[in-house]
Amino acid sequence: MRRDAWWVPQIGAFVVLSSFLAYATWAAFQNAHYEFGSYLSPFYSPLITGDSPHAWFRTRPWFVPAISPALLILPFPAGFRFTCYYYRGTYYKAFWADPPGCAVGEPRNSYLGEKSFPLILQNVHRYFMYAAVLFLGILALDAYRGYWFAGPDGVKHFGIGVGSLVLTINVCLLSGYTLGCHSLRHLVGGYLDRLSGRPLRRKAYDCVSCLNRGHMNWAWFSLFWVAFSDIYVRMCSMGIWHDVRIL
Amino acid sequence: MTAPQPSGPDTHGVAVDAYTAAQAAQDAAVGHETRTFKLWRGADGKGDFQDFTTETNDGMVVLDAIHQIQAEQCNDLAVRWNCKAGKCGSCSAEINGKPKLMCMTRLDELPANEPVTVEPMRAFPHVRDLVTDVSWNFRVKPRIQKFTPRPPDAPDGTWRIQQADVERVQEFRKCIECFLCQDVCHVLRDHHKHEEFIGPRFLVYAAALEMHPLDVAERTTALKDDFGIGYCNITKCCTKVCPEHITITDNAIIPLKERVVDEHFDPLRALVRLVRGPKRK
Repeated sequence: MRRDAWWVPQIGAFVVLSSFLAYATWAAFQNAHYEFGSYLSPFYSPLITGDSPHAWFRTRPWFVPAISPALLILPFPAGFRFTCYYYRGTYYKAFWADPPGCAVGEPRNSYLGEKSFPLILQNVHRYFMYAAVLFLGILALDAYRGYWFAGPDGVKHFGIGVGSLVLTINVCLLSGYTLGCHSLRHLVGGYLDRLSGRPLRRKAYDCVSCLNRGHMNWAWFSLFWVAFSDIYVRMCSMGIWHDVRIL
Repeated sequence: MTAPQPSGPDTHGVAVDAYTAAQAAQDAAVGHETRTFKLWRGADGKGDFQDFTTETNDGMVVLDAIHQIQAEQCNDLAVRWNCKAGKCGSCSAEINGKPKLMCMTRLDELPANEPVTVEPMRAFPHVRDLVTDVSWNFRVKPRIQKFTPRPPDAPDGTWRIQQADVERVQEFRKCIECFLCQDVCHVLRDHHKHEEFIGPRFLVYAAALEMHPLDVAERTTALKDDFGIGYCNITKCCTKVCPEHITITDNAIIPLKERVVDEHFDPLRALVRLVRGPKRK
């Protein structure tokens, strides 16, 4: 019987993931305070329709349901994280006690693993990864737009605000997490037994492997920062925080 | 600290005494300590913990203490060991509830104010005291498709491979078959799926063959259907206990899972195969 505090990481993961889930769900249903000037919350990006300057379409296409934009967007990053190999191992332990910890007894006898329905569906992870890579491009564009501020003349000028940095750090952390994905590692070269003679693939595989070694850290930091980015934009939009212009 | 040297034949007795005194001082300096060990005693799965108290000093490992107890207090204590250097994988056990090699676990790593518990591995049938029957592992190995190289590259029957291509599988060759990863895996340990799941050790073995640049055999169907790779839920416990620090989950099991997805669960890959024909290794 283990006598050390094996349960501490599981409690930590349970609290952090539950808090994030609760906050993201609440924020997605708000449908307000998701933009502030040139800043757009990552929870609401891409903003497909609306009157906002961030919106892709002014009028709602027939195929886009009239619900909070975040509800259309969040299933993709949520699916990516839910099916992520790192998070799977973490929440199986923290939420389902399967197992509660390494070399700690289990509360139930039956076990299906990821061999049967429903967890066999975790194999869809690579498709969420494709979507996550697309989202990185969109969030990078949002971060770039966060450096352009409308002046009194209505013309946009380059500037740097704290929010610009918040959104830039967000896309950097999300890139570190997404580009270190195990499925991407497989896709760029892991499926091959021989990478010699393929210098580009070799380089890509080495880069993804390098990020993959810190996948756990990227996963937690990016999760925290994406929530903080939404909070920052929301607080500025509500007038509670003031966005400081650095340049 | 330097011990006094014998000063000559006339003072031989005095020199020995001085040497003994210095040795005693040195022993005191290295920190002699009396520690309690709770060792599992019994046979065929039945038994209980029995307490032993013995003298320990700095630098001792758990196996040293077990041997001392065996020599001084309990001659019939059954314990499997061989190299005492963390290379043979014989002395696997559960120390304070964690799967570890007894010969590589220093006593100063363990809490000094608590007894040290030593139990046999739980994933395998118990034989006696600290010894388990790990022969199931030896029956699993032959079930995995053997190394199947492509035809030789040169007329003399030899192959040409790049170091960069074998580097990935060389990590897996470090395995010493201590079976600690098998022991900690909850699929074997708690759910006893020995008939359906080969465990992390043999997923590493399969990965070493499957990813080898010369190998052309196809193992993904067997991994999915016969070896139960889907039972692994990636908790990384196997990686954490590996004494050779093999990144079992990230470098062996997940890449194998991805290969299984390629062959059996990805409709886009199936479409590509339909157009291009089956994958050539």
